[in-house]
Amino acid sequence: MKVQGIKNAHRNVGAVIIATVVACGVIVENVGRAEIRITEGVGRYILEAGHPSLAEWKLPPLAPASDIHGNALTDLGRRLFFDKILSADKTRSCATCHRPELGWSDGLPTARGLDGKPLARATPGLANVAYGSLFNWDGRVASLEEQALGPVFSQSEMGSDSEELVARLEADRFYREAFTKLFPNQPLNEKQVGLALAAFERTLLVQDTRFDRWVAGESGVLTDSEIRGFGVFIDPNRGSCGTCHAPPNFTDNGFHNIGLESFGHGNPDLGRYKIRPVRLMRGAFKTPPLRNIALSAPYFHDGSAATLEDVIEHYRTGGVVKENLSPEMKVLRLNAREKSDLVAFLKAISNSHVNFSTELALEQQ
Amino acid sequence: MNRWLREGDFLQMKTGIRISVIFVLSFFVGHLVADQLPVVGQKDKKFSVERLAVKVGESVSFANEDPFFHNVFSLSPAATFDLGSYPQGESRAVTFKEAGEVQIECAIHPSMQMVIEVTE
Repeated sequence: MKVQGIKNAHRNVGAVIIATVVACGVIVENVGRAEIRITEGVGRYILEAGHPSLAEWKLPPLAPASDIHGNALTDLGRRLFFDKILSADKTRSCATCHRPELGWSDGLPTARGLDGKPLARATPGLANVAYGSLFNWDGRVASLEEQALGPVFSQSEMGSDSEELVARLEADRFYREAFTKLFPNQPLNEKQVGLALAAFERTLLVQDTRFDRWVAGESGVLTDSEIRGFGVFIDPNRGSCGTCHAPPNFTDNGFHNIGLESFGHGNPDLGRYKIRPVRLMRGAFKTPPLRNIALSAPYFHDGSAATLEDVIEHYRTGGVVKENLSPEMKVLRLNAREKSDLVAFLKAISNSHVNFSTELALEQQ
Repeated sequence: MNRWLREGDFLQMKTGIRISVIFVLSFFVGHLVADQLPVVGQKDKKFSVERLAVKVGESVSFANEDPFFHNVFSLSPAATFDLGSYPQGESRAVTFKEAGEVQIECAIHPSMQMVIEVTE
């Protein structure tokens, strides 16, 4: 009778464990030095190089460009991107703020305007912008072609006038011939400039980080710490990062108020709410993709986090301003090792440098 | 000796038991009503249908089947509403009172879009 009682007790304990696991929706098993097996409600990830469960983190191939211009349009876009001819006073190009070596951002908390004064929001990086669907921090623009022209004609950014810009480009022999060749029988116009800039920006791909190589099956390219960091990243009970920084591009293409201190200021930046006046969108901004994130400090739309460690600490606290907080925000229980593993992982989804020759682009001018 | 719910018994029940019975009955009746509503799922950041036709006065339930929050809303003149954010396993319903085309989105994930055609 006693033995039977113990067996029943074991069964009960087992049932409680199973029930708890089912309720939590996650199983985390340590199965080896660098192998952490995680089962979660959104799918099962086995943290081994090339495991099929990781396939959703592979960036899909992009659809072929819909234009017929091929590299010629991209080449023209590259030249325009680095050319100060696009700004009213010819002092700045797109690359003044979108600097290749800084993850196509500018290293500043918020961008500097034409008059040198800080603008309201940080310069977003452009890595993998080809995978985006809504552009700017508030997602107000739905085409990259339109977005590319936004700063050019913004009076606080590059200050150009459409007619004046077209006249300038027509007066330049290189541009006159390039646009005529690409768009015969059409007068040069701003739409063509947007097409060219967007075509170039779509080539700014980051698909070959060490993490990508590991997902593709190359073992030994990630350290134990980086693999553990990925486990923390996707575990909803630890980092809980992967819900919003979702596969494959580390973004849910969504909008969240992450409780930044600046939202508590008088007259705060309402972000997405100005585009979609729905309560939850007050102070919400687009989830940025993360490949090459290590290159583009500082972080957040207001540039308030100087380092990746600062970013993680912000999320650990569950946000500073709790008003209208994203429902996905919560206080995280992360120990020191998990935080350093997370930073290591974020560096593993970043290349150590940008595979782009700034010198070449500048020589073209 | 099964005297359960014999005529007159209900009125003789103690108040607490009576309230419990009413609660349980209303729960089942509520579910029967809810089961009759058209249900639009939200799964893998998509609505389960792109278009749906309903009559004026009918309701539609929006069920979140994703392991994260959604926030269904519409700013269309025919039906302006914000269901707020709710997690997996929860549903919220909206009744359509005017004829017209209603564009519906998730505020958090704007790629989630659908249209409800409300007719007289």
